[in-house]
Amino acid sequence: MKRRTFTRLAALALAAGVAGAPAMAQEVLKVGAVAPKTGPLAGGAAVSYWPNVKLWINDVNGRGGLRVGGKTYKLEAIEYDDQTNPGETIKAVQRLVDQDKAKIVLPPYSTGLNLAAAPIYARYGLPMITSTATTDKADALSAQFPNVFITLGGAKPVVQGVVDTMVKLRDRGDIGKKLAMVNVADAFGIELMNEAKPAFKKAGFELVYETSYPLGTQDLSPVMKAAKAAAPDAFIAWSYPPDTFALTEQAIVEDLKVGAFFTAVATAFPAYAGRFRTAVDGVLGIGGVNADGEAFKAYAKRHEEVTGAKPDYWASAMVYSSFQVLEKSIEAVGSFDNAAIIKHIKANSFDTVIGPIKFDGHNNNPSFWTVGQWQGGVFKGVASTGRDGAVDVKKKAAWK
Amino acid sequence: MSALSSRDWGNLALCAIALAIAACLPWTAGAYGLSIGVTIAMYTVLATSWALFSGPTHYISLASAAFFGVGTYVTGIGIQYLPYWTLLPIAGLSGAVMAALVGLATLRLSGVYFVIFTLGLAEFVRQIITWSQNISGTKGIYVLTSIGEMHIYWQLLGLAALVWLLGWLIGRSRLGFALRIIGDDEAVARHSGIDTARAKILLFMVPGAVAAITGAMLAPRYVYIEPSLAFSPMLSFQVVIMALLGGTGRLWGPLVGVVPFTFLWEAISVSFPNQTTLLLGVCFLVIVYLLPKGFVGLIDLAARRMRSAEGYA
Repeated sequence: MKRRTFTRLAALALAAGVAGAPAMAQEVLKVGAVAPKTGPLAGGAAVSYWPNVKLWINDVNGRGGLRVGGKTYKLEAIEYDDQTNPGETIKAVQRLVDQDKAKIVLPPYSTGLNLAAAPIYARYGLPMITSTATTDKADALSAQFPNVFITLGGAKPVVQGVVDTMVKLRDRGDIGKKLAMVNVADAFGIELMNEAKPAFKKAGFELVYETSYPLGTQDLSPVMKAAKAAAPDAFIAWSYPPDTFALTEQAIVEDLKVGAFFTAVATAFPAYAGRFRTAVDGVLGIGGVNADGEAFKAYAKRHEEVTGAKPDYWASAMVYSSFQVLEKSIEAVGSFDNAAIIKHIKANSFDTVIGPIKFDGHNNNPSFWTVGQWQGGVFKGVASTGRDGAVDVKKKAAWK
Repeated sequence: MSALSSRDWGNLALCAIALAIAACLPWTAGAYGLSIGVTIAMYTVLATSWALFSGPTHYISLASAAFFGVGTYVTGIGIQYLPYWTLLPIAGLSGAVMAALVGLATLRLSGVYFVIFTLGLAEFVRQIITWSQNISGTKGIYVLTSIGEMHIYWQLLGLAALVWLLGWLIGRSRLGFALRIIGDDEAVARHSGIDTARAKILLFMVPGAVAAITGAMLAPRYVYIEPSLAFSPMLSFQVVIMALLGGTGRLWGPLVGVVPFTFLWEAISVSFPNQTTLLLGVCFLVIVYLLPKGFVGLIDLAARRMRSAEGYA
């Protein structure tokens, strides 16, 4: 009895092996990806990063594979969790190159982890087209690490985009000049607040309320109550995901009456609209996409089909686009000669799902979305530094 | 302090040879091997210095991340104004002063109160740095230097040698003797005329200074420093678990914990990238249940068995 079971199992295993054989005929190319699956940034990576790795590999394999110098390769992902720890990111990249012999290594997730890994990518000569790092220091970085490319922009242009949007609303008479502005007391929020204060003052706005709150603050109702008491015409929050949700919640509870309501990171997440439903209509946020463009629509549709989740309206498309730039460059060069690939990325313009990408002399992508607005259930770009497809900004109506 | 016996000299020579062999790693291993070497060297330094204090006194300190973070910030801020080599002693001094202040405030506490305070310390310092950033308006700090992995590795190795030497010297000194008595029974120690608070504070300054110097050495590797990365509480826990896995009774105890743990952690990261934290938790439980005295206890037990077996033969 036992022997028969064994024979059956062996036959099954053999059959499985034979069935699996045709897939092996094509050469397999290992693609390394390292980003948080645990730790503080795991939530963001689960929305903007990991689904795009899956989708991109699915797309490339779907059209036959990656064509490099007359050969076609099936892509296969090797995914590592860096636990939101820069030491682990560095180790994982080295493991990918040295142990796993990955020919392609995708960039990590977030500003801090990308920069921590930059010296390692530079030492291996790997092209590193970052898609989730924001920095105003692109010139210093590209001087030190000529293989690093920045696509998502920095604080200065984002602030400029928000100021321009508010000026437009004010000049149209939709809002007055009284502004309430708050920030999360962490790296990102601090930098944007410090850029924004003088910029709004210069544009003729009056700051009637400002405060900061520590990262991880659970109860933001005192902040919203105080903001409401100052009777502002517009509310701006340089916020992170948890507080973006909490501030919006409180604004609805307190019925904050403003003509413009802006929250930063996570406003562009599908989960934001999922939580607040129709109330999000007219809410402004950081990021945006050309939501009516055919390229984005097709991308969003594929994203949902393949990964079962909607892309966000900011970093998702940028992450996928950075993979596309790499893919196109490798195919154009026709080999895995990284120096030639980097040269190709620097010299050419690439057609991607967010539109054309052409890097400047500092390896910086000068055209990105800065402000978007929820309009009819879609987060549409309203301000950018040179992207097509911006829609007109609308006055925020009452919460509903 | 007694004179060195010939056996002591032999041990010292053996240690020097082992260190020299370890120092050759950058030429013998690839980049991946070296990055594992850096991890092992870093945790060896942290866990050994941790065990110097927590081993004899049985005070569990979760403050490693606080001192480590302060060290990274010393390099992060100081590198713009001062040469790199001056930053390491500054970091050590800041760590020692901070440890002394913390010690003054808390070492009269014992048991769980001390543990909770040290855990809160990292969060407290992190919030202070965040607050000062909010006031001054600076974001994360960039540390762009030409210091590579191998330089960091050698520095850590040198620091490890210093820590072992210091631990060895303390073990032979009156202070070391006093601490062993405190660990056995604090009341007895007090009645024997030992200034227990002073002894504990002095010794607590060692892991404080060493963790801060380690942080200062690692900062160039991280390139970009922000509070959430520099003051990760995971670091404190990993140091404790590695030291306990090795055993705190011997100077080399933490080392035999750090090496297998690093490889175990690597194996988990490679084979189960989606379940790392879960498996880490399981490992913690297994270590605490099956190896309460760490590998040192296991080795001692084996040695005793062998001796008794010889006795019968």
